[in-house]
Amino acid sequence: MHNSSISIWFFIGVLLTIYGAMILGYGIFEVLTGQTANVILANLHAPIWWGALLLALGVFYGVRFWPRRND
Amino acid sequence: MIENCINFLGVPAIPNLLALGAPSLAHLNPLDITVIAIYFVMVIWIGFYLKSKANTSEEFFMAGREMTAWIAGLSFVSANLGSLELMGWAGSAYQYGILAAHWYWVGAIPAMLFLGMVMMPFYYVCKTHSVPGYLKLRYGQGASIVSAFSFAFMTVLMSGVNMFAMAEVMKVVLGWDLNFSIIVSSLAVAAYVALGGLRSAIFNEVLQFVLIWGGALLVPILGLVEAGGWTGFKAKLAANIAKGATTPGDYTHLWRSMGHFADNPMGIHWTGIVFGLGFAISFGYWTTDFLVVQRVLAANSLRSARMAPVIGSFFKMAVPFIVILPGLLGLVVLQNPDGSLMHLVGQDQVNALHPHSYNEVLPLMLVRYCAPGLLGLGITALIAGFMSGMAGNVSAFSAVWTYDIYQPLINKKAKDEHYVTIGRWATILGVVISIGTAYLVMTAAGIMDYVQALFSFFISPLLGVVLMGMFWKRATKAGGFWGLLTSTLTSIGLWAWVHFYPAALRYVAISPDAKAMAEDMYRALWSVIVSVLVTFVVSLFGTARPVAELNGLVYGATELPAEEPVQFYKNEYFWMVIAIVLFLALNIYFW
Repeated sequence: MHNSSISIWFFIGVLLTIYGAMILGYGIFEVLTGQTANVILANLHAPIWWGALLLALGVFYGVRFWPRRND
Repeated sequence: MIENCINFLGVPAIPNLLALGAPSLAHLNPLDITVIAIYFVMVIWIGFYLKSKANTSEEFFMAGREMTAWIAGLSFVSANLGSLELMGWAGSAYQYGILAAHWYWVGAIPAMLFLGMVMMPFYYVCKTHSVPGYLKLRYGQGASIVSAFSFAFMTVLMSGVNMFAMAEVMKVVLGWDLNFSIIVSSLAVAAYVALGGLRSAIFNEVLQFVLIWGGALLVPILGLVEAGGWTGFKAKLAANIAKGATTPGDYTHLWRSMGHFADNPMGIHWTGIVFGLGFAISFGYWTTDFLVVQRVLAANSLRSARMAPVIGSFFKMAVPFIVILPGLLGLVVLQNPDGSLMHLVGQDQVNALHPHSYNEVLPLMLVRYCAPGLLGLGITALIAGFMSGMAGNVSAFSAVWTYDIYQPLINKKAKDEHYVTIGRWATILGVVISIGTAYLVMTAAGIMDYVQALFSFFISPLLGVVLMGMFWKRATKAGGFWGLLTSTLTSIGLWAWVHFYPAALRYVAISPDAKAMAEDMYRALWSVIVSVLVTFVVSLFGTARPVAELNGLVYGATELPAEEPVQFYKNEYFWMVIAIVLFLALNIYFW
């Protein structure tokens, strides 16, 4: 799966990185502007920590399975 | 495809999901829509990227048999994890409590482990491309053709039924147009499966599996925080029951109310759960339904093929955390706008006072906790679940059509590239038939009940025949054919008996207190018993094949390749034992 091809884990890393960045970005926007969404437990700022978790996982998989040329 | 035999496996019938009550539950903002759009771009990108790796039939239909145990295992579970199942079972958990978890634990784990540790070596060593292909090697063309036609026909039909049901869900949850949902999702699936074959389907299933968890896991976490943990949830539930706000019942125990049909709201006895669900239905689905078995056949070694279902079993055991738990938490946290406890009801009871049905519990919980972006991720998880199920259907249909119908009956000696082309067109044909079925159902929704019943006729009979062929050298070609035919007819006959004479349920499910779910389980059990008995009796009157011809097909006649010793933590038996211990612990903890 890793030979000269792109691993599925890389695709997953890319997607989680994008999603994590978007959700974390929104969470930071909420905190900075004070405009929290009308949801239950908004005070826990789930977009920040959930977005950060997705971003961290995404970066890990993206880097760990970055496509490399087979020598 | 468990979501494709929803009724058969006891999940609330699809029509129930279609009658979701209120108008659009959620409103997406641009961030949510961007999240969904990125997902579609990603799956199409994967399809185009993998096109160059699907040139031979082995690559297109079997993903080159290069999948690692992890990828095969996640794909194995993901192909089964449809969004309708997620929503239906969350609704069942709200209605019946933790009893719904039986379908994830006793109704899956033993069968998955049995597939990996006992049956997989035979499927893998004989190098079959499909389950009908195994029947051909073991019993000859007759049983294989019967199995191939029924599987191909029902797979695309069920794919269409689910496509329509999903479009209806999107309409109610998001207000999306039915045609838009059907066309966009089916085009995406057709593109990435036709381009990249099974490898593309598997890659996307793994991606979708991660998304389902990423999008849905937040709901039970925040739900538990709001309810005060599991202990707080139980206390709140008990208080609600004490003051008459919640229907009385045992919502948090798996087995205590299984002593009699009348003691639990599902109307099921423990024998039905253990032997009907845990054996006949579960083993039939997880060990002989080609949709899931195909994922494991794509593994890169026998050890990976055995390990894949074991890995899958851990994730299957965890699925109730994102499905059953949100349904249970909905009992205590969902509130009306005025702050009173919300009551979800059955489809036929939805009205102005109770605008939401049981099956809306998961979307309601998503909307309750998920801010922009997270809501889009949750909706993407539902779409991903649907697409993984559909991709599983069409990739399995494509393989069975090409290998088990087209090749033996229409064109036996074509070049390899020709079969790949046929496979690509079969994928598109499967999607087109699915779309046609979706629109057919749109004009006559009652058809769905019959389609789901039809599917149930073929799974359990196949189990008896495959087990006899795999573990009894004496089983003959005629035994397999007649075993499959008579048990299928038995299943149809029992269904028709109860359908036209409902009082017959007391005989089929052995109790006057039995309910519809019990009928599915006992009907499956009777059909397995008939298939085993008929295969046995007919085989006794025939001549068995020489043992030398059964190498790779039958227990006792097969020399399995020796496996290289590995560290204990890479050994499939080690993880199987861990899975069994965990499975038992869950059942004892929630006894």
